[in-house]
Amino acid sequence: MAGLHKSEIENPVLNWIDTRLPVITMMQKEYGVFPTPRNFNYLWNFGALAMVVLMIMIASGILLAMHYTPEKTMAFDSVEAIMRDVNFGWLLRYGHANGASMFFIVVYIHIFRGLYYGSYKAPRELLWMLGVVIMLLMMATAFMGYVLPWGQMSFWGATVITNLFSAFPLVGEHIVTWLWGGFSVDNPTLNRFFALHYLLPFVLIGVIFLHVAALHITGSNNPLGIDPKGPQDTLPFHPYYTIKDSVGICVFLIVYAAVVFFAPNLFGEPDNYIPANPLATPAEIVPEWYFLPFYAILRSVPDKLGGVLMMFGSIIVLFVLPWLDTSPVRSARFRPVYRVFFWLQLLACIVLGMVGAHRPEGIWVILGRVSTAWYFLHFLVILPLLGKLERPLPLPESISRAVLRGGGGGPLPGGATAKPMEKV
Amino acid sequence: MRAARLLTLFGAPALGLLAGLAFATPAGAEEEIVLPKQNWSFSGPFGTFDRAAAQRGFQVYNEVCSNCHSLKLGYYRNLAGIDLSEEQIKAIAAAKSVPTIGDDGQPTERPALPSDHFRSPYPNDKAARAALNGALPPDLSVIEKARVGGPDYIFGVLTGYGEPPADMKMGDGMNYNKYFPGHQIAMPQPLQDDQVTYADGTKATIEQEARDVVTFLTYMANPEMEQRKRMGVKVIAFLVLLTGVTYAVKRKVWADVH
Amino acid sequence: MSVTAHAPGHASGHEPGHDAGKRDFLKLVAAAGAAVGVGAIVWPMIDSMNPSADVLALGSVEVDLAPVPVGQAITVVWRGKPMFIRHRSPEEIKAAQDVKLSQLTDPQTDAERVKAGHEQWLVVIGICTHLGCIPLGNKPTDPRGEYGGWFCPCHGSQYDTSGRVRHGPAPLNLALAPYEFTSDTKIKIG
Repeated sequence: MAGLHKSEIENPVLNWIDTRLPVITMMQKEYGVFPTPRNFNYLWNFGALAMVVLMIMIASGILLAMHYTPEKTMAFDSVEAIMRDVNFGWLLRYGHANGASMFFIVVYIHIFRGLYYGSYKAPRELLWMLGVVIMLLMMATAFMGYVLPWGQMSFWGATVITNLFSAFPLVGEHIVTWLWGGFSVDNPTLNRFFALHYLLPFVLIGVIFLHVAALHITGSNNPLGIDPKGPQDTLPFHPYYTIKDSVGICVFLIVYAAVVFFAPNLFGEPDNYIPANPLATPAEIVPEWYFLPFYAILRSVPDKLGGVLMMFGSIIVLFVLPWLDTSPVRSARFRPVYRVFFWLQLLACIVLGMVGAHRPEGIWVILGRVSTAWYFLHFLVILPLLGKLERPLPLPESISRAVLRGGGGGPLPGGATAKPMEKV
Repeated sequence: MRAARLLTLFGAPALGLLAGLAFATPAGAEEEIVLPKQNWSFSGPFGTFDRAAAQRGFQVYNEVCSNCHSLKLGYYRNLAGIDLSEEQIKAIAAAKSVPTIGDDGQPTERPALPSDHFRSPYPNDKAARAALNGALPPDLSVIEKARVGGPDYIFGVLTGYGEPPADMKMGDGMNYNKYFPGHQIAMPQPLQDDQVTYADGTKATIEQEARDVVTFLTYMANPEMEQRKRMGVKVIAFLVLLTGVTYAVKRKVWADVH
Repeated sequence: MSVTAHAPGHASGHEPGHDAGKRDFLKLVAAAGAAVGVGAIVWPMIDSMNPSADVLALGSVEVDLAPVPVGQAITVVWRGKPMFIRHRSPEEIKAAQDVKLSQLTDPQTDAERVKAGHEQWLVVIGICTHLGCIPLGNKPTDPRGEYGGWFCPCHGSQYDTSGRVRHGPAPLNLALAPYEFTSDTKIKIG
């Protein structure tokens, strides 16, 4: 639709801009008056939190790149020089390293919130799939970032993860050599990982833009999982959710700051303070904590290719989740059986994380296999069946009725199950 | 492993029975070495480096450790952080000679300056191995961050020498150490009673020397620590206030909705 | 982007003003707090781009002046910048001292630019004050300009035997660096 926008902004300068490029109107529409379900709980903070962490990561990352040297004999020392000599370099580096962990904590909570409240179901399938792409990009970015300090864990993590691709028949070895740019992880690998680590966050921004755009088409899900039926069910995004998100951001920053200032190596491995040595693998090699569940799946399969496929499969399965879950009811609040399975799945993921942190011996092997099997069983068998077999609780008529009744949830018998504010 | 402990910490509440089951089973073949926990001046959110201990620790490093171990990420100027004066630092540096290229283009040596890195005892790793029976003494710049247990580990190794149990077969030139993984360490016991003479009259027991040098090495690994903690206290105090105010605004804004 | 949900029923953030005043005050405090917080985090980020401790520590260089013959100059590096050290002849010193201050773009006496008792040594930062090129005049074969000092090839600024600008777009004399004589033939810059 060609033609100038009829702006309602009073300030003449802003009006002039808005007439030609209605960004201000757009911001008002999408973040000012944007109708948002009135019953969000604090779990709906985590999208905004992820955005904040991404901004912190990009800002600190750009500044770190100004001091970092992606060359194998200098990388380790240049990181330590940042810590020692650059003004507030320790803040940038610890903030960035722990920011990665914070990013995953926030995003994992964001994902499990989506799982609990059925945020992936129609019409939000594409929104969800874009989210999975975001997670994949984050993982790639985090992995390559972890290689950059060129410590022992960096080096051997890079070696092990890139070697995963060697599992593929015929082309595997060639892919690995190509990834390395040589016959082992070496200077060319470090150089390209640095280039890609700088690039991917900007790709991430692009996908996040699509993720948010899709969100603003479908509108947000909410703890009741029912669609808003009218103005009485929604609130303008500003000031209600800008302020609610601000509270969440403040609390999050306290946790983040506590780690950065008082336990900056909490998530790190001491071995990564030993410079990379291509001739000696550390006794205990583990990935960063946020990869542990996937690492556990990899090791739980006794076959090399099988393990790799299962590991990638554990993420691929999320792409088709909207079609695996056949229940028309979104929120677990009205799905008493699914709710149990949700917590079991969360438990499986945590157990997988613990398995990934231990040597594959004794009980850990069994736990790893059981949880891996359970992880896939949940998505591939339980969810499709559950949609057919489970009898969901009756849904409230509308969000506002549920809210105003103080948890009555419309015609719900024994209404205690539908308290919109119960879970915080 | 930190990751393991971390996950245990976070996962524990949710885990209940399963976890209990897992931890009840005996761990693998390797025995766990328990490092005695020490009290350090620098631990805790308000901890600072005991300056006198760190200065004595530098003396221990300088007179004992530095004969084999490099500290190559450190500069002599870093000693200002443990309150040595500019003159003292200049004198300490000037007593060392560092390699340089002379006006005639030939490699030579010159007295070190505060802006120089700590002098390494060997020109490279190969030279170190050649001189030390094949063993490579690790660089000590970030040793506190590079070992599980940090200061407690270094203290343990420095004080953990002794006679091997009767049934233990020791390798050639190896020494028994209670706290070193595998209990066989190539480094001979580095500290003895009165190995150094402290100017401040502190009695130089092995424990005292170890405690001092650990303080010094922890400083060298984390020269930013005091600034970091001071800033952290302010930042968190500020954020707690801001959270309070923001939450109050949120309550007011939402007052008409509920 | 279009929206499927309805427009909001109530305008943003208006309600009966029973304690609007208190709310506005709280909002102000929160906004001010957030602004302070952002400011406090922006400073470390800006400061991280300032010279780091290892750069600042590279303080001083010592230079042996003995090998520099009269009328010649050498270039040494201090803090990554070229330093011009010129062994001036008595005529050059006299020429520098005799210039009337009124003729100078950036009036400064020769005495202010050298150390008393060591007038034969001129030590300046060899960077043209116009746009940062390095003037010619240190090598015997270099053009030295009309005033016998240095000539900047970029835009033709000319400096005299005291390193003062005499001609061209440069606004200031060649800058001085802190230095001292540690002996008659040795200086320490920085």
